[in-house]
Amino acid sequence: MNKYFQDEKIRAQIFQFLTLFMILGIFGYLFHNTQTNLEKQNIATGFGFLKFEAGFDIGESMIEYWSDDTYKKAIFVGVLNTLKVAIIGNFLAVFFGVLIGLSHLSQNWLLRKISKFYIETIRNIPLLLQLFFWYAVFTENLPGVKEAMELLPNIFLNNRGLYFPIPVDTKSFSFIFIALVISIIGFFFLEKVRVKKEILEGKSFSFFEKLNYLIFLLPVLTWFILGSPSEINYPSLSGFNFSGGYRFSPEFSALVLGLVIYTSAFNAEITRAGISSIDKGQWEAASALGISKSDSLKIIILPQALRVMLPPLTSQILNLTKNSSLAVAIGYPDFVSITNTTMNQTGQAIECVFIIMVIYLSLSILTSFVMNQFAKRFQIVER
Amino acid sequence: MNWFIYEFPKWLKKNLFNTPVNSVVSLFIISLGLKASMYILDWTFLSAVFTGDASTCRESTGFCYPFIKEKFPFIIYGFYPRELIWRPTLAMILLLSSFFYVKEPKRWNKYSLWILSSGFFLFFFLMRGGLFLEVVTNDKWGGLPLTLMLSSIGIIFSYPFGIMLALARRGNLKILKTLSITYIEMIRGVPLISILFMSSVMFPLFLPEGITIDKLLRAQVAIILFVSAYMAEVIRGGLESIDKGQYEASNSLGLSYFQTMRFIIIPQAIRVVIPPTVNTAIGMFKDTSLVLIIALFDLLNTTKSSLKDSDWLGFSVEAYVFVAIIYYVFCYAMSKYANRLEEEFGIKSR
Amino acid sequence: MSENIIEMNKINKWYDDFHVLKDVDLNVKKGEKIVICGPSGSGKSTMIRCINRLEEFQQGSLMVDGININNNIKNIEAVRKDVGMVFQHFNLFPHLTILENLTLAPTRVKRVPKEEAELMAMEYLDLVRIGDQAHKFPGQLSGGQKQRVAIARSLCMRPKVLLFDEPTSALDPEMVKEVLDVMVKLAKEGITMLCVTHEMGFAREVADRVLFMDEGRIVEENNPNDFFDNPKNERTKNFLSQIIH
Repeated sequence: MNKYFQDEKIRAQIFQFLTLFMILGIFGYLFHNTQTNLEKQNIATGFGFLKFEAGFDIGESMIEYWSDDTYKKAIFVGVLNTLKVAIIGNFLAVFFGVLIGLSHLSQNWLLRKISKFYIETIRNIPLLLQLFFWYAVFTENLPGVKEAMELLPNIFLNNRGLYFPIPVDTKSFSFIFIALVISIIGFFFLEKVRVKKEILEGKSFSFFEKLNYLIFLLPVLTWFILGSPSEINYPSLSGFNFSGGYRFSPEFSALVLGLVIYTSAFNAEITRAGISSIDKGQWEAASALGISKSDSLKIIILPQALRVMLPPLTSQILNLTKNSSLAVAIGYPDFVSITNTTMNQTGQAIECVFIIMVIYLSLSILTSFVMNQFAKRFQIVER
Repeated sequence: MNWFIYEFPKWLKKNLFNTPVNSVVSLFIISLGLKASMYILDWTFLSAVFTGDASTCRESTGFCYPFIKEKFPFIIYGFYPRELIWRPTLAMILLLSSFFYVKEPKRWNKYSLWILSSGFFLFFFLMRGGLFLEVVTNDKWGGLPLTLMLSSIGIIFSYPFGIMLALARRGNLKILKTLSITYIEMIRGVPLISILFMSSVMFPLFLPEGITIDKLLRAQVAIILFVSAYMAEVIRGGLESIDKGQYEASNSLGLSYFQTMRFIIIPQAIRVVIPPTVNTAIGMFKDTSLVLIIALFDLLNTTKSSLKDSDWLGFSVEAYVFVAIIYYVFCYAMSKYANRLEEEFGIKSR
Repeated sequence: MSENIIEMNKINKWYDDFHVLKDVDLNVKKGEKIVICGPSGSGKSTMIRCINRLEEFQQGSLMVDGININNNIKNIEAVRKDVGMVFQHFNLFPHLTILENLTLAPTRVKRVPKEEAELMAMEYLDLVRIGDQAHKFPGQLSGGQKQRVAIARSLCMRPKVLLFDEPTSALDPEMVKEVLDVMVKLAKEGITMLCVTHEMGFAREVADRVLFMDEGRIVEENNPNDFFDNPKNERTKNFLSQIIH
C-alpha cells in the first residue's frame, strides 16, 4: 500500500480525482439547490418560453419586428443589432487605431505628442463613463429638432440622431454597392498582378497603373444598366420631426462612437508596439539595399509587425464585441439588453444567461478562427 | 535665452517642418490646438460659473462649479450617512497608504502582507462600524470607497484562484487541465455583464432555502470569478517566462520542489507577473463601473444618480468630466507604476 | 593607380553632445581592401555607416563613386545601389525565403526580370556554398549560413563597394572560418571592401591597408605587416597587445 502512495504518478492521479470529485460535489449541490428553488417558485425549466409572444417593442431593428412576435425573433433582432455595432465598430476602430498608431511613430513631433495624449487619456477612463458622456452629449447638448446642425449639406445632427440622405431605390443601390466592393477588390487584385508582372519582367508598367483605375467604371455601368436611378430621399424637417433619409439613433451613434474612440486607443498602442518591436536592423538592411522607405514598410516591416500585432488585435476585436453589451446601459437594443428584458419578463434566468454565454462564446470562437486563419499567412518559419 | 535664439529654430525645423507635408500637418495641428485651448480656457475659466446656483449656471455656457460643489459628497460617498463621512474618508486614506507602502519592490517581504491585511481590516472596520462605532450596513456604501473595494478585493482574491488555474493548465493532469482551460476560455469569451447578471439572478438560486447573501457580496464574488480567469493567464505567462535551466539548476543543487518554488521560481516569477497584474488592476478598476447595471452605487452610478436631482438637471457633462478626472488619476498613476516596475526589472535582469 | 572611389573629407559627427567622428579623412581607391579596427565606441562602425548614409554627419564632405552624399534623396538612393553592406546581426528578412531575400532588391529597385534575378541569386548562393538552401527560411539556418546568405544578398545588387560591419563577431567560433573564407574569395575577385573586424589573420591575408581608430579619429594607418609588427602609436600597441595573445 505504502509503495503506491510513494509513486509520483499514482499520487498525482489520486489528487486529480479527489479534486474532480470535490468539484462535481459542489456542482451537484448547487444543482440540487437550484432545482428545489425553481420548483418552489413554479418556474419551468427549458427553452419552451422562446416560442411565446414577446410583447415588447424594440426601438430599432434591421428586420421587421412587431411586439407580438416571439422571444426567439426578438433575440434574433438583438443579435443582428449586436453584429451591426460590432462590424461597423471594429472596422472603424482598427482603421483609426492603425492610423493613430502610425502617427505615434511619425517624424512630426506634434503628431506624436497628440497621439500619445489620446492613447493615454482614453485608455484610462472607463468605457461605460465614455458611453454615458457621448449619450449625454447626443441627447442633452445637441440642438433640438428645429435647430438641427447641418454638418454637411443634407446631413443633419440633432438630439434625435444623425440623419443622412439615402437613395430611394435601395434595391438597385445595393447592387451598385456590391459592384463598388467588387471593383475595389478587383483593383487591388489587378495592382498585385501588375507588381508581380513588373518583377517578373523587370519593366515598369506605369501605363497599366492608370488603366487599372478603369475598373471603377463597373459601379457606374451597373448604375446605367439599372436605368440610372437618381431619386434621393433627403431628410427634411416636417412638423416636429425629421422625415425621410436614414437615421442613426442617438443610442446607436453614442455606442459606436464610444466603442470606436475607446478601442482605437488600444489598437493604436498595439500598432505602435508592433511596429517598434521590429528590429532596427530590418529597416537598415532594407535601406542599405536601396529599397525606399514606403516599400520597406510595405514589404519588410508590416508583414513582420502584423505577426506580432494579430493576437492582441484579435483580443481587442473580441473586446469591442463583448463591450457592445454595455448598450444595455444606454438603451440600445443589442442582444444582451433584449435577453435581459426577456429574463425579467419570463424569470427564465438560467436559460437566458445560458443563451448570452453561448452566443458570445460562438462569436468569440468564430472571430478567433477567422483571425487565426489570417495569422497563418504571416507565420515565420523557425528551426 | 541663447537656446531660444539658436537651438529652438533648429529644433522646429527638424521636428515640425522637415518636409512640406509635415509643415502643413504641423500648421493644421497648431491652429486646431489654439482653437481647442481657447475653447477649453473659456469653458473652464472665462465663462465658468464659480459661485451661485443652478439658475446662474444655466445662464452661462461655461463649466458649473457649484454643481460639483453641491454634489461632491454624494458622488464620492453615495448614501453613506453624511455625519459619518470621516469614516469612509479615513478608510480610503488608510487603504491607499497601505498600497502606497507596499508598492516599492524593496519592501516586498512578509511584513508587507501584514501591512496590506491591516489596511483592509481597518478599511472594513471603519466602513461597517461595530464595537464603539455605529454600524453602517453595506447597502449604504457607495461611491469611491465602493469602487476601490470592489477592484482591490477583486484583484487580491483572484490571485489564489488564478495560481491554481494556471498550475492546472500547465500541469500534466489531463482532466484538471481540461477543466482549467474550459473555465479560463469560457470566462474570457463572455462579457463581464453576463457574469454580473448571473450573480444577480442565478446565485440566489444556487443557495439552499433560507440563506441569502447580499447584492454587494454577490457582485464581489462575480468580479473575483471573472478576474481569476484573466489572472490565471497573467500568472501562466510569468511561470512560462522562467527559463527551464532554473529548475534544472535548483534540482541539481538538491533543492526540493517546495524549496525550488519558494526560493528560485516565485521570486523571479513575481517580477514578471506584477506589471501585467497592475495592468489587469487598471482594467478591473475601470470595469467595476459595470456594477451600476445591477444597481450598485459605485462611483459611476452615484455620478449618474446625482444628475437626476430636479433642481440640478442638465449638468451631465460637468459630472462626467469631473468623475473622468478621478478615474484618470487613479489609472494613470497605476500605469506609470507598472511602467516603472517593468523598467526596473528589465534593467536588473540584464 | 586608378581614381578614388570613396573620398571622405573632414567628416565630423555628433550624437547630441557626444563627438563621435572627429575630422575623419579617408580616400579609398578602386579595388582596395581596407580593414578598420579599434576599441568599441571608437566610431569605426559609425564611419562606415556614413558611407551608405545609414548615419548622417554634420560637417565635412563625402563622395562615393563621384556622387556627393548630402541630404538629397536621389543621391542617397543612387549611392545605396552601388554600396552593399553586411551587418553584424545579418538582418535577413525572416518572413521571406533565402531566394526571396536575394531577389527582393534587384527586382524591386533595379527592375531586373525575376527569372534573371533568380539565376543570379543562385549563382551567388553557389559562390557562398549554400545553393541547396535556397527555399528555406532564415530561421532554419545556422549563424554562419545566415551571414553567408547576407553576403550573397548584398552581392546581388552588384555593388561597387562592399561594407562589412563586424561580420563575424556575432558568430560561434566554429562558424567564423566559413564566413572569412567567403570574404577572402571575394577579396581576390577585386571588389572594393571596407571591413570593420578584429580578425587579424584575415587582415594580414587580404588587406591593402589597416586603419586603427580611437575616440573618433583615425590614429594610425599602415600596410598590414608594418601595422601588426611594429605599430607606432602607443594606443595601437596597447590595443594589439590586448587582442593578440
